Amino acid sequence: MNKNIILAGVGGQGILTIAAIIDLAAMNLGLKVKQAEVHGMSQRGGAVESHLRISDKEIFSDLIPKGEADLILSVEPMESLRYIPFLSKKGIIVTSVDPFINITPYPDLQNVLNEIKKNPENILVDAEKPAREAGSVKASNIVMLGAASPFTGIEKEELEKAIEKLFLPKGNETVQINLRAFNAGLNITKQLRK
Amino acid sequence: MDKQLLLGAEAVALAAIDAGISGIYAYPGTPSTEITEFIQKSEEAQKLNIRSNWSANEKTAYESALGMSYAGKRSMVCMKHVGLNVAADAFINSAVTGVNGGLVLVVADDPSMHSSQNEQDSRFYGKFAFVPVLEPSNQQEAYDAVLYSFELSEKVKLPVLLRIVTRLSHSRSVVERKLKRTQNALQPENEKRKWILLPANARRQYVNLLNIQKDLAELSEQSIFNKVINGTGNKGIIAFGLSFNYVMEAREKYQLDIPVLKISQYPLPEKAVKEFLSKYSEILIVEEGYPIYEEILKGFPQNEKIKGRLDGTLPRTGELNPDYLAKALGVKTSPEKKIPEIVSPRPPELCKGCSHRDLYEALNIVMKEYNSNHVFSDIGCYTLGALPPYETISTCVDMGASVTMAKGASDAGIHPAVAVIGDSTFTHSGITGLLDAVNDKSSVTIIISDNSTTAMTGGQDSAGIDKLQNICKGIGVEEDHIRTIIPLKNNLAENIKIIKDEFEYKGVSVIIASRDCIQTARRNKKKQDKQ
Repeated sequence: MNKNIILAGVGGQGILTIAAIIDLAAMNLGLKVKQAEVHGMSQRGGAVESHLRISDKEIFSDLIPKGEADLILSVEPMESLRYIPFLSKKGIIVTSVDPFINITPYPDLQNVLNEIKKNPENILVDAEKPAREAGSVKASNIVMLGAASPFTGIEKEELEKAIEKLFLPKGNETVQINLRAFNAGLNITKQLRK
Repeated sequence: MDKQLLLGAEAVALAAIDAGISGIYAYPGTPSTEITEFIQKSEEAQKLNIRSNWSANEKTAYESALGMSYAGKRSMVCMKHVGLNVAADAFINSAVTGVNGGLVLVVADDPSMHSSQNEQDSRFYGKFAFVPVLEPSNQQEAYDAVLYSFELSEKVKLPVLLRIVTRLSHSRSVVERKLKRTQNALQPENEKRKWILLPANARRQYVNLLNIQKDLAELSEQSIFNKVINGTGNKGIIAFGLSFNYVMEAREKYQLDIPVLKISQYPLPEKAVKEFLSKYSEILIVEEGYPIYEEILKGFPQNEKIKGRLDGTLPRTGELNPDYLAKALGVKTSPEKKIPEIVSPRPPELCKGCSHRDLYEALNIVMKEYNSNHVFSDIGCYTLGALPPYETISTCVDMGASVTMAKGASDAGIHPAVAVIGDSTFTHSGITGLLDAVNDKSSVTIIISDNSTTAMTGGQDSAGIDKLQNICKGIGVEEDHIRTIIPLKNNLAENIKIIKDEFEYKGVSVIIASRDCIQTARRNKKKQDKQ
């Protein structure tokens, strides 16, 4: 078992919450975890990334070597492309298609999506709608986690347990919203991969 | 004992609790902030009555920690690398006095300058002050090294510098707790000759400090943090601190059986290094930061078998990574994919609704009238006023420099001489500069962009809340020229007028542009809604 995951997005979009859920699930399975994150200036609306590594053997580097990521999980389409040099040949991009536009000019969205599709393995998710249906548009990041979950190397049930534990301090309703969001995301991938 | 997923910074904090500290002192600074925040949020630390409020700056933090050590208790003091410049006077002299209760200084360096204005290497400071330095390579080792550092500090009666870097401080891994020590009893130092650094005492203490160096080196020889990974061949690697990880990553991945000497405790274990150097015909020195030990080991005339950052085998600047190491070790990797051209840079920006935005909007209009574009600024969120759409500021050098640079520029004839500084930066290092301006009757306008928090590092308490007006008054700024504005769209015309009026005043004026940080306001509202 050895997974290298790049989480990508814009400061404030909740990629560190995704990371915390995967970390927790991996730790509960007794796996080794290393997860480097970005704090400080970039969190003010800048591009942010997290390198997440899970293994049953000792992990040395906190950073993923280029060409070694199994998965780029991005909550913003253009941001998924920023980390292409890290993606392995067989690696998959799972990204939200909702652009976060705080730069001008933001590139043409269709061109961005076409560029993503150049990677043989890709899953494009409209995360906003299922998140709203689950109970909160803020759960878009968890929809994305659900959509990418089959590629994390961690069982659905373990991720769900971690979601429960992590959101419990915010109340049971928040837990349920996020569990629904997670499963909505997972179903999108299941439909696409039938 | 229990296992937890912790940032390197949090592992340091947890270990400090377990090592029996009675207080932690710090000023926020990326990537060190989370150490103190962890203790502030820890129920365990609260029960143990561990003192943890923010200090006004790194110097006051260091001196308070030293005072606690004088009283016989253990203390930790944390800062980012450039913070140690501020605390350097206290730090270097505390190596001469020595300590009583264990004192560990944690400095978080920021190679690659992710959130900093330089990438200075704090190991230089450790060497400069002649104190032991620990440089852990991973989160568990960070925990272990803190426990060890407190023991070491009390054994050799010196402050110990623990150096971490961004990539350790802000990376999470599983950490296991090992022990829990009780706090020291109050047992103040009575040896006055040690602590009063009058020349006669200082000379004696300094000689003692130099004499103990060989003992410190011996401790490094025996240190569990320094070790050799055996291998074969005629090439070897000396890896310092975190860089050990990148070496091991490449070593495992490409199955290189290359011998490695890992060093995480200084002063340099000379015997171990000499023995290692003599065995191999080529040595790669890998350091996360400046090539300090590469330069020393290379010597003069230069020893050609030493490779590293100085000869281009590794990049001279920035943080290392596994790819640089693979290349330095001559591994052929497949050509890397490029970032598609469609990807635009996405730099950080001031938040929507941020008070600094409204201030810069007003200030830009006034500056245009003066046909001047010199606004001296400082370190904080408002430094983002350098970027479009505002591009208001001309300088950002060090904490507090806006005030004094505006003063110097005014002395030279620049008008208007304007400084923009945040509330927390002002109380950190701006007050003394303002006193200079007052005493010199300089023609300057100091704008304190007061959002009542230390915003850039995540909204920590600011030392000057509700005190700014009185501070300015107290050091002699005329009351009529301490103006308060509320930076909001609706107040634009009024704010422009006030700024213009004060620019025209030939003396020291202060404009306090006061409105809560939008992030803090949001968080406070959430808290209130919950209650």
